[in-house]
Amino acid sequence: MGLFDILGPVMVGPSSSHTAGAVKIGYVSRRLMGEEIVEAKILLYGSFLATGKGHGTQLALVAGLLGMKPDDERIPHSLEIAKERGIKLSFGEAILKEAHPNSTQLLLVGKSGRKLEIVGESLGGSIINIAQIDGLSANFSGDYATLIVHNHDQPGHLAEVTSMLAHKSVNIAKMQLYRSNRGGNAVMVIECDQEIPQGAIQWLAHLEGIEKVTYLSLEES
Amino acid sequence: MGYKYLHEIVSVAEKNDKPFWKIILEDDCTERNVSEVESFETMRGMLHAMQEADMHYDPTLHSASGLVGGDGAKLERFRLEGKSLFGEFMSQIMEKAVKMSESNACMKRIVAAPTAGSCGVLPAVLLSYEEQKQLPEDELVKALFVAAGIGSVLAESSSISGAEGGCQAEIGSASAMAAGAVVYMEGGDNEQIIHATALALKNMLGLTCDPVAGLVEVPCVKRNVSGAVNAVVCAQMALAHIKSAIPPDEVIDSMRRIGKQIPACLRETGGEGLAITPTAQRIVKELSEK
Repeated sequence: MGLFDILGPVMVGPSSSHTAGAVKIGYVSRRLMGEEIVEAKILLYGSFLATGKGHGTQLALVAGLLGMKPDDERIPHSLEIAKERGIKLSFGEAILKEAHPNSTQLLLVGKSGRKLEIVGESLGGSIINIAQIDGLSANFSGDYATLIVHNHDQPGHLAEVTSMLAHKSVNIAKMQLYRSNRGGNAVMVIECDQEIPQGAIQWLAHLEGIEKVTYLSLEES
Repeated sequence: MGYKYLHEIVSVAEKNDKPFWKIILEDDCTERNVSEVESFETMRGMLHAMQEADMHYDPTLHSASGLVGGDGAKLERFRLEGKSLFGEFMSQIMEKAVKMSESNACMKRIVAAPTAGSCGVLPAVLLSYEEQKQLPEDELVKALFVAAGIGSVLAESSSISGAEGGCQAEIGSASAMAAGAVVYMEGGDNEQIIHATALALKNMLGLTCDPVAGLVEVPCVKRNVSGAVNAVVCAQMALAHIKSAIPPDEVIDSMRRIGKQIPACLRETGGEGLAITPTAQRIVKELSEK
């Protein structure tokens, strides 16, 4: 933990896990979408479901989806702001298997019709974990520029991605690989020390065997 | 942080003939690869955020559950009517601790120090001290470094999470941090800083985390007052050259061991204590019907 995780962060209360962490899950999801969100189904699980109302967890998640950060004083008013912007919201209970007690499942639709499904966990403090993207394991914190590539489980895709990163002088901090079954759907999650140029991401999305590319940029847009 | 023990910080400070706060600042610079000015200004930002939160207290606000709100104004009125049992300083500390914690429960902006649930303790002590003694701002920032350094050691060697170590880890830690900060502001030496920390922590050992309906409200808001007052009481003992019979780092290790022994039902799970009283159960039922 850094010094300003002990004395800090500056945040809207009441809870670092149920409020600040929830804002962060929403915020990272919004960045992963890469465009404005027009529809969001927000499902809560465990302690998020049980005590979320009193902790403003729903308000916090919506605030994050609107692009607010944990110290934004508009968080308590996020539902009204979403309504003003014409965003369709619905809430419910998430049915998850063996999830972290502070979990949420977000079913999102972007302006262009792009769909994204996220399972986010708030681990305590305001530290979060994006556990799943579109039903496949992911497990990253949102503290790094992160590339998520969904592809067919076949040889060569990893090499394509890593050589592109090498070519763009992007250093890999952490890397994970998952697949549903042999020859089925696979996902790679790559957390990077540098930002990946937009053009390189677009190039990647058009390669054969690559299903979907999602990118979390930390740069302010 | 690079330091796991308070005595380590003190010996590095003494060996290099530097103040306690400077050792913490230098450690932050190394960890985050930032300049001393940058680190100092980030901490100043925390102080300003505390001041703003204190100033923007709204006595008309109530938390979503309705359990918390308006008590800070009651204490202020009581003090202004001249009825206080204590002097201005202590009375103001009580008031500010409640105000900050109520603001937190009402979704206002606060500084987690070390957590949101214990966010009232440190600013209550520091900002009251500032008002009573007119300390230059830089000194307050340095006091925050002292507090943050103590908090870092607690996080490294014990815990600052109620779910992990009970309330002793949250308000206990906040109180220990504030006690060290007061000793620094009063011009006490490094030994006095860490003994005030130990004395404050000892008074908070074993505290459970059993909030009503799982909310950061009951008993958290009012316990922030006890944490803040305890900090000053222990700082005064340390300044009077009273020592903790158990060395500070041994007290911190005791807190860690005690935290492990506190059963899970008393660590933010709502399974025991205040959380399952008939009144708490009635409140939970009412909230679910809201």
